Amino acid sequence: MASIFRTLADLWSLVVGLGITGKEFCKPGVTVHYPRAEVTPEAAASFRGPIELIGLDKDPAKPKCIACMLCVSACPSNCIAVTRAPTPKPTPEELKAMAEAEARGEKPKKPAPPKAPGTWTYDFSLCSLCGSCVEVCPVDSIGFSHDIYMVGTRREDFVFDQLARLARKAAARKAEPKKAAPEAASAPAPAPETAATPASEA
Amino acid sequence: MHSTETLRSHGTACPATSADGGCTDDQIAGDGYTCRFEQGARPESLILNMGPQHPSTHGVLRVLLELDGEYIVRAEPVLGYLHRMHEKMAEVKTPAQFMPNMGRVDYLHALAWNWAYVGAVEKLAGIEIPERAEYLRVITCELNRISSHLLWWGAYLLDLGAFTPIMYAFDDREMLLDLLQLMTGSRLTYSSFRFGGVYTDAGPAFVQGVRQFIPHLRSRLPMYTALVTENIILRRRIEEVGVIPQDMVTRYGASGPVARGSGIAYDVRRAEPYSVYDRFDYEIPVRHEECSMARYMVRMAEIEQSLRIIEQAIESLPEGEHMHPKAPKPSFKLPAGESYFAVEGARGKIGVWIASDGGKTPYRVKLRAPGFSNLALFAECARGTLLADAVAILGSLDMVIPEIDR
Repeated sequence: MASIFRTLADLWSLVVGLGITGKEFCKPGVTVHYPRAEVTPEAAASFRGPIELIGLDKDPAKPKCIACMLCVSACPSNCIAVTRAPTPKPTPEELKAMAEAEARGEKPKKPAPPKAPGTWTYDFSLCSLCGSCVEVCPVDSIGFSHDIYMVGTRREDFVFDQLARLARKAAARKAEPKKAAPEAASAPAPAPETAATPASEA
Repeated sequence: MHSTETLRSHGTACPATSADGGCTDDQIAGDGYTCRFEQGARPESLILNMGPQHPSTHGVLRVLLELDGEYIVRAEPVLGYLHRMHEKMAEVKTPAQFMPNMGRVDYLHALAWNWAYVGAVEKLAGIEIPERAEYLRVITCELNRISSHLLWWGAYLLDLGAFTPIMYAFDDREMLLDLLQLMTGSRLTYSSFRFGGVYTDAGPAFVQGVRQFIPHLRSRLPMYTALVTENIILRRRIEEVGVIPQDMVTRYGASGPVARGSGIAYDVRRAEPYSVYDRFDYEIPVRHEECSMARYMVRMAEIEQSLRIIEQAIESLPEGEHMHPKAPKPSFKLPAGESYFAVEGARGKIGVWIASDGGKTPYRVKLRAPGFSNLALFAECARGTLLADAVAILGSLDMVIPEIDR
C-alpha cells in the first residue's frame, strides 16, 4: 500500500514539471530573433569587437597614433603591424642649412620623421581581443569597436587597413546628418561595413 | 559504433596485434589507440567507441568501452584531441602576453584560470592589488562560477535526455553574461584580470545589475528544484549511480564538487584562503551519498552560496582604484624564483606553478587542471556499471575537455 502512495507521489513530480513547462510556454519569448531583430547598440556597447583606431578630435580622419610601436610589442599574437610615415624629403632651404652646418663642422639637423603611422594593419583572424594594445596605448588611439555582426567569407576579409577604415568612418560620419554630439569612441558604429577592407599589401 | 565482428575483421587484417602486444606501423587498423585496446577484449565482449572525436567539434570526449552485454568491463577515456600546448606557450610568451590563453583553458570558468595565473605572477613578483580589485575579482569569479554551474546543469540534463532545462538555464545565464560583459568585454573567453588589478572598473550599471540579478536567480532556484531535482525520472537515473568512495577521491586527487559530493569538505577558498574570501560568510556544501545525485546537489547548493558571497561583496565593495598605481607595465620581467597559486574553480582546485630564471619569459609553467584528475577516476568508477549509467557518471564529473588536455 505504501509503495503505491510513493509511486503516486513520484509521478506527481512529473505533473509539477509539466505545469512549469506549460506556464513558461505561455510567456513571451526572451530571445532576439536575428536577423529580424538585432541586439540594441546599448547592449553591445561594452562588447569588445575588433579594435579600431580613434581619430583626432580636430581631424577625425587622422588617428591619434604616434607610431610608438608599444601595441605591436604588447600584442600576444602579433596581429598588429605598424610602420612609421616616411620622413619627408628635406626642402631646398633645409638642404642648404644642413650643408652650411656641415661646413661649419656642426652636426647637421636632419628633419625628424613625423610621429604618425604610415600603415596600420590589423589581422582580426589572429586577435584574441585581450585588450593589451588598448591598455598600453599612451595616447588612447586604440579602442574596441562594437561590431558584433561582422562576417567574412575569405581570410583577407579579416585583415583591416585601419587608416583607410578610419578615413571611411570619418567620411561616413561627416555625410550623415548631425546627431546630438557624436562621440568618437562610444558612438554606436554606423551601418556595418558591407565589404571589409581587402588586404592591403601587408 | 563498432560491432565485435568489424573489430575482429580488423584483427585478421592486423595479425601482429596478438603476438607481442603492439601493432607494427603498416598494420595499424583504425587508429593505434583502438588497436591497443582491442587485445583485452574477450570473445563475447563488445568494443564501443562512445562519444565523437573530431578536431572541429569542441569539448567532446572519446571513451573506449568494453561491454559485456549492457555492462561495462573496461572504460578508457582517450585524451589529447584538444591539446593546445598552453604550458609550452607560457614559456615563449611574456606573462602579460600569456594572459589571453587563460581564458581559453577552461572556457566555462575562465576567470578562475585568469585568477590562478595572475595570482601566481603577483606572488612571485610581489605585486600589490588594491582592495577594490580584490572584491571585483571575487564578484566576477563567483558570477562566472554560477554561469558555469548553470551550463553544466543544462548540459547534464541534456545528456540524460531532458531537453527543456537547458533553455531555462540559458535564460538566466544570459543575464549573467550581460553582467560579465560589462566588466570583461566578452561573454565566454574572459581575459579580464591584470597583474595588479582588473581590466575595467565596476560602473553603477554593473553594481545595479548584480543587485537585481541576485534576487532574480534566487526566485528561479525553487523552479529548478521543482522541475528537475524532484523529478522522479532524474532521481532514478542518478541516485546511487556512480558511487565514488572517499579513498578513490584521494587516490586520484579529485577535487571540487566531486570530492565534496563524497563527503570531503575540501574547498581552496576555505582550506587556503586567498584574496578576501575569509571576510565573507558562506558555507561549503558537502554531501555524503558519494553518488551522482550528491554531486548534483553540491553544485546546486554552490549556486546559492556563490550568490551569498556576491551579495556580501557587492554591499561592502570598497571605493578606490581598480588597478594599483604601481602595477607593472606589460614588458616587466619576472624575478627569478618559483611560485604556486591555487584557486577554487567550478570543477575543483586550479593551480598554477611558475618557475622563472629572471628572463623575459617564465622558464616553466605548470597548469594543474582539476578536470584531469576528476576524469582519471572515471575508468575505475565506471567499471561494472550499465552503459547508460556511464553517461550519468561522466556528466556528473562536469568535464570541460579543453581544460583536461590544456
